[in-house]
Amino acid sequence: MARGAVSLRAVSKSFGAVAAVREVSLEVAAGEFLTLLGPSGCGKTTLLRMIAGLESPDRGRLLLDGRDVTDDPPHRRPVNTVFQHYALFPHRTVAGNVAFGLEMAGRPRGEIGPLVERALEMVRLAGLGARRVDQLSGGQRQRVALARAVVLEPEVLLLDEPMSALDRKLREEMRAEVKSLHRRLGTTFVFVTHDQEEALALSDRVAVMNDGVIEQMGSPAELYDVPRTRFVAEFLAVRNILPVEVQSADGAAAVVRTDNGLLLRSSASGFVPGERVWVGVRPERLRLEGPGENRVAGVLEDRLFLGDRSEWRVRAGADVLTVSEPGTSNGRKPGDAVTVTFEATALLRLEPSRPATAP
Amino acid sequence: MSPRTRQAVLLLAPAVVLLVVLVGGSQVLMLAASLGRRSAYGGVIPGWSLENYLRALEPLYIRVLARSVILAAATTIVCLVVGYPVAYWLARRAPPTMRRALLVLVILPFWTSFLVRMYAWMFLLRTEGLVNLALGSLGLPALALLYNPAAVLLGQVYGELPFIILPLYASLEKLDPALLDAAADLGAPPREVLRRVVLPLTWPGIVAGSILVFIPSLGAYLAPDLLGGARYVYVGSLIQSQFAVARDIPFGAALSFALSAGVLLVLWIFRRPLQAGSGEPG
Repeated sequence: MARGAVSLRAVSKSFGAVAAVREVSLEVAAGEFLTLLGPSGCGKTTLLRMIAGLESPDRGRLLLDGRDVTDDPPHRRPVNTVFQHYALFPHRTVAGNVAFGLEMAGRPRGEIGPLVERALEMVRLAGLGARRVDQLSGGQRQRVALARAVVLEPEVLLLDEPMSALDRKLREEMRAEVKSLHRRLGTTFVFVTHDQEEALALSDRVAVMNDGVIEQMGSPAELYDVPRTRFVAEFLAVRNILPVEVQSADGAAAVVRTDNGLLLRSSASGFVPGERVWVGVRPERLRLEGPGENRVAGVLEDRLFLGDRSEWRVRAGADVLTVSEPGTSNGRKPGDAVTVTFEATALLRLEPSRPATAP
Repeated sequence: MSPRTRQAVLLLAPAVVLLVVLVGGSQVLMLAASLGRRSAYGGVIPGWSLENYLRALEPLYIRVLARSVILAAATTIVCLVVGYPVAYWLARRAPPTMRRALLVLVILPFWTSFLVRMYAWMFLLRTEGLVNLALGSLGLPALALLYNPAAVLLGQVYGELPFIILPLYASLEKLDPALLDAAADLGAPPREVLRRVVLPLTWPGIVAGSILVFIPSLGAYLAPDLLGGARYVYVGSLIQSQFAVARDIPFGAALSFALSAGVLLVLWIFRRPLQAGSGEPG
């Protein structure tokens, strides 16, 4: 049996009056790369810390490879964490940091040296073992934190926003490195982030968390293509979200009416005639003067030039749509009248966030 | 002088002048007196003699010094053992909203004179004191609680405890809780987290607090005198008696100067382990 399967069963945790995690159940397969994605305060870090044993759940059970570890202290769990701000020991050298867990495991001295060296090589820090931690750059510290955790060959590696303190270029580099590390180790990774791009790029599956619950879980493609709730859609960069009333709906297509009287067609399922609901469409699915069943007349307001594409803000009555177009401005300028077009398949049906269950 | 230097000089001048005149000046006077001889009427006859220092090395006085070193060491150790958990709780476990009030409680004893507090201990510990009164009312025999080394240690620990709690608190408060999480996560049971992370990282506070307790305890006078009775002489009372009772100013000065020099020497010898706050003990 592959090792490193994590199973959370109706786990809850409150801090005082604040419910951080509410009855979350979650199965992580052995060897999977699962990301907990959500804004700060959504409970993702608390969930991670409960897997590590650094917080104990108020209710619910936690299983590792089928074994109940709910009451095991952190030092007895085959789980290691890469902390948000690395949490490297300032009184130890780089090698001393990586060796810490091995020493705690009672490995003989003769074994520790080579293992530390190998771990440092793996994160491309060979030869820096004697350095003090405060002599390292942010990216190097990050890699020491990784080496310190993986040298123990944990069954599950937990990563708590490991890249949030790095600048953009370094972050992209580390992203590739974490991905390749996962491939090489085959260990279960549970990764916490608020960065949707990071989540989509790295994960086998993503769990989007909001207010202590998992609002939607699926592969990156599923989440990207079919976000189910308004919250998930907003978090995954569906920038155009409008409240509508459903005019008509049959099996194949629905017609919805925005508050400003626009009629839009959607091929999403689940619409019920007469209901009030949200719809959303990604900026990159909108075109200025393109094909598509949906056509909205408007006026260009602003343009953000983003290099490979431009982002336009288009005012259509009381609504503002964001359109992301590849290439240059084609001679358009603010004030021009335009028609925004998009396919019925691009218009998503979005439910309100799952109502918070009473704690 | 650059504006920066001038600012530094102006800011530091009052304290430096005060220290040079009062501490440096008095040490110079003491050194001079210690090299002289006692006059018939208790004055000082100037001279260049080491006689007083040689006399300080007599077994009688070495025993007094040894007793004082033991008292100071015991006070420091007891203060560390008692104060560290208190500081840990204050810095890491106490409700943050109450922390300030609790710290005020730590220094509250300073609002009363040390002398008065020592008399309070005498009142508690003496044969007809409150403790023995309570024991008596329970039908238990009275205990000789006062006028012994344990009473001196008790008074000394009581008086010095705040001086060790405050620096320990300061270093424990700075300790990043994520480091404790990381240690536990990497397999360290609580005992090892304490030994390998908490203690090494709070070493500067341990050293500062120990110095703050050890040095005054070495020359302590009030607690030994009031709670120890006449049978146990400590360096502080010995020096005091040379000036006030024996009227032997040169010998008192020599004892006093030797003690200060000894403390400085010890601090200098151990300066490396004391500074190596980041070094892991053991």
